[in-house]
Amino acid sequence: MIKVQNLVKMFGDFTAVNSISFDVRQGEIFAFLGPNGAGKTTTIKMLTTLLQPTSGSIELDGLDPTRKQTEARQRFGIVFQDPSLDGELTAYENMDIHGVLYHVPHKARVERIEVLLKTFELWDRRKTYVKMFSGGMKRRLEIARGFLHTPKILFLDEPTLGLDPQSRNQLWTQVKQLNQDEGVTVFLTTHYMDEADRVAQRIAIIDHGSIVAQGSSQELREQTNTDSLEEAFLALTGSSIRDEKANSADQLRQMVKMWSNKR
Amino acid sequence: MSAIYILWLRELKRYVRSRSQIVASLGQPLLYLLALGFGLGPVFRKAGNGSYLQFIAPGVIGMTVLFSSVFSGIGLLWDRQFGFLKETLVAPVPRIRIMIGKALGGATVAVVQGLLVVVVCLAIGFRPSNVAAIPLALLFMALIATVFASLGIAIGSKLENMQGFQLIMNFLVLPIFFLSGALFPLTNLPKALAVVTSVDPLTYGIDGMRGALSGISHFGMLTDIGVLCCVALALIALGSYFFSKIQL
Repeated sequence: MIKVQNLVKMFGDFTAVNSISFDVRQGEIFAFLGPNGAGKTTTIKMLTTLLQPTSGSIELDGLDPTRKQTEARQRFGIVFQDPSLDGELTAYENMDIHGVLYHVPHKARVERIEVLLKTFELWDRRKTYVKMFSGGMKRRLEIARGFLHTPKILFLDEPTLGLDPQSRNQLWTQVKQLNQDEGVTVFLTTHYMDEADRVAQRIAIIDHGSIVAQGSSQELREQTNTDSLEEAFLALTGSSIRDEKANSADQLRQMVKMWSNKR
Repeated sequence: MSAIYILWLRELKRYVRSRSQIVASLGQPLLYLLALGFGLGPVFRKAGNGSYLQFIAPGVIGMTVLFSSVFSGIGLLWDRQFGFLKETLVAPVPRIRIMIGKALGGATVAVVQGLLVVVVCLAIGFRPSNVAAIPLALLFMALIATVFASLGIAIGSKLENMQGFQLIMNFLVLPIFFLSGALFPLTNLPKALAVVTSVDPLTYGIDGMRGALSGISHFGMLTDIGVLCCVALALIALGSYFFSKIQL
């Protein structure tokens, strides 16, 4: 479903993603793990047409997203690391705009919005402005929205960041359920190893722009002679802390935190 | 088409729902009208130019439309990283339609905002030379709004951070307003100022509006419309080019 070969992204003379290759099978839940600044988000941006690769090839459901942008976009849904809902609109309106942008016919749109909002337990709050939602509710709404146009692939970039264990648990249960029911392929990144261990069938670990290992959680543990995925992760990526330089997006993120009382 | 419509509608809904902002945004125009309109009125009259309130009202209406439309576009800086816009950037819709929906929405809101200021102007004593002037003034408002919503999008697509926003505000948006002839007549200006005002697109918008509302136009309204249309086309092209090149 996703086929990546020798993908490279350079920013000036800095190599953010260094010739990575991997395959994600149809219907699979695939976790992409790595320390801060390892190249996870950069890779997702290239897969989702938001960033042009420097070199290498990508295939999404047989399509090259750098050439067939519109067709590729119709086939995936994405939940970004930073929220992308309109707080001045209601939950329902946010869903509805998404449906229009993704060419979901009116009747199907109405039905599917209802089903998804009920699945993610937001139906009763559909007329509430999104700015009144808690962090967990916003996340659920974003994921529900990502499923609206029945994508073949769903990208989740650190979807559980800042959520409490209850919300995280509920969120993954719902994502797993939809993965089984609709056969959607899920590509996720997270910092919580227990989540990756629980939901993902296969895992790739990226560090300094290169993939250092991939396989099932068990394979990674065996390969490193460790007892848990977290230990395997540390064995593969080392225990030094990555201090990134803040970029303009981080600065803006800081301002968002300052100015908004809720996430 | 449906994408353009829904994005246009979104901007309108957001505007209608932010009532406190609507009221707040009338504060600045009101201050200009009252403080400058009445404060500089006696001097202006002594110089033989008639009522300053009559003169400045089209300028203040133009200012409102300028600020409202340009900021709707510059808001992209924020919106593309932390807002809803990011969602539209991965949607299976050509970017140019997203840009047009956004620009039309921003421009419509700016015109509505301008109309509110027209009402304020009428309330404090401004009188247009004839009633038929309002539709013509509306046309100029729409042109100003289109020009600057597109300019805002072009800038918002390129800006990297909030420091850039300050630079744009102080070295582009405010000069566009102050050097437009919104506050002073264009006749007998020092050479340098005359040149600067003549390359400022807002000059033509306000001149046209003054022509419509007060019957005094420096360049002639047809020239004004022609210049504004050309600038609008150029900026729509520039805005959609930069917008289509946004990478995150």
